[in-house]
Amino acid sequence: MNRPSTFLYSVLCFGFAVLYIPVFVLMAYSFNDSRLPTVWGGFSTRWYSALLENEQILQAALLSLEIALVSATFATILGTMAGLALSRVGRFRGRSVLTGMIAAPLVMPDVITGLSLLLLFVSLQELLGWPGNRGANTITLAHITFSMAYVAVIVQARLANMDQSLEEAAMDLGGRPFAVTRDITLPLIAPAMASGWLLAFTLSLDDLVIASFTSGAGASTLPMVIFSKVKLGVTPEINALTTLVIAAVTIGVLISGWFMLRQLRAQPAPP
Amino acid sequence: MNGIVHPGRGDRLWRGIIIGTPYVWLLLFFLAPFAIVLKISFADPIVAQPPFTPFFDWSASAGQRILATLDNYRFLLEDNLYLVSYLNSIKIALVSTALCLLLGFPMAYAIARTPQPWRNLLLLLVILPFWTSFLLRIYALMVMMGQHGLVNDLLLSLGVIDQPLAMLYTNGAVYLGIVYSYLPFMILPLYASLEKLDHDVHEAAADLGAKPTQVFFDITLPMAVPGIIAGSLLVFIPALGEYVIPALLGGLDTLMIGHTLYDEFFVNRDWPLACAVAILLLLILILPIVLFQHFQQEADA
Repeated sequence: MNRPSTFLYSVLCFGFAVLYIPVFVLMAYSFNDSRLPTVWGGFSTRWYSALLENEQILQAALLSLEIALVSATFATILGTMAGLALSRVGRFRGRSVLTGMIAAPLVMPDVITGLSLLLLFVSLQELLGWPGNRGANTITLAHITFSMAYVAVIVQARLANMDQSLEEAAMDLGGRPFAVTRDITLPLIAPAMASGWLLAFTLSLDDLVIASFTSGAGASTLPMVIFSKVKLGVTPEINALTTLVIAAVTIGVLISGWFMLRQLRAQPAPP
Repeated sequence: MNGIVHPGRGDRLWRGIIIGTPYVWLLLFFLAPFAIVLKISFADPIVAQPPFTPFFDWSASAGQRILATLDNYRFLLEDNLYLVSYLNSIKIALVSTALCLLLGFPMAYAIARTPQPWRNLLLLLVILPFWTSFLLRIYALMVMMGQHGLVNDLLLSLGVIDQPLAMLYTNGAVYLGIVYSYLPFMILPLYASLEKLDHDVHEAAADLGAKPTQVFFDITLPMAVPGIIAGSLLVFIPALGEYVIPALLGGLDTLMIGHTLYDEFFVNRDWPLACAVAILLLLILILPIVLFQHFQQEADA
């Protein structure tokens, strides 16, 4: 097997440099005592203490976590149902419409999703007097809607690659569809549901545009607060926040990578 | 007993729940909102809450009357701002897609030809940025490119320039921002199709006297076409409607339609016009979205 040439490796290194250097530089700045990025004022953790004392950022972070936890959970339930509906219950009327409604949110620009959902909430308010004040409730509904599509795609991909013989055997032995789904299918697709949940959680934490449209006057999520601060230029507290986020993500990825590696080693090698 | 299980009422109920719940949810929260956007795009703006005229006028003496106007669409086509925004978005999305491909293809190719376990590590490095906050990564770029950022600082101290370069708030910054954010979306599908390449075919071609460039254009490139199409659409489609990148990195003259729509809604508070902008953007996006789905289905089959 011929190894990649020096040219290919140079481009690879350049690409990774573009992807990683800005974040690493920002992490270094987060320990800079000076407010200006060009002046090194010595090592300091003052921006971390400032971050932890910043009521506005902390509250927004808490709200974002709350929304992400609830919306990821509901998105996983609904997305799993949609995945099952598309690959396990056979033909039904309107199947192609469901396929389209699952695929479209994946490529819909955020501005359109946000605008259309806000107008729905405004219309519902006029017609039914619900959902009342827009805020965490409407953002959560919006996040469930766009992230359930991602979960559905992940679950569907897993179901499509899965051997159906276990489920068929259970059916042949007289298992009712509900029991077969509960006892055979769900345990088999649990890892896909877990990845779907994680993806939905991340997407919710990261969303700025849809939340800005669907939120009311009172509620600001973490990305909304970050955006309003960052628009004005360098904010040392945000440097500290970035470092914390990157650290948390890296630890999370390392842990899940370790688990995956252990699982791979536990399985017999493919022939 | 003949051993065959007939579907009972419980089974039909279960089937109904599995299909019905996501169906109803998406009809209500995904499809219905588009109908509302379409409806409001035909309304007139008024100073009220909500700020547009009703579609159905119940108060008219002759019973129900439909109030629809094409004024918003006419305005979109007449006012240069919107036309320029649409065209500029298409241009920026196309150029950044090409840049992503130019950078992403050699990267994906290098990863696909790296032996394990290094290959998995490199893939992890591609995926990792995807899990970190998009907004914070754009902010990191802002800090790098700012007037007192690292790049200007470095160039000044090296004596390459004697005045800080204006990098931030330019079209160039927007291109860089899109490439920086969407490069993983280009690399992953490219990698998926390049990984399938059989190296024996390469060696056979080389043994038979094919030059490396010939091998590349006759064997590697055709095999990579599905990855090129999928990756390009995955970059082009979100880049076209992008809001955050032009809002943070672009200048006043960086008109992109996502940004224009956002301002039309939040700054000018002209909801009907914002809806018309959204509907036109959707019409532009339909072709690439349908193409993407077509190729995905082909790849699955």
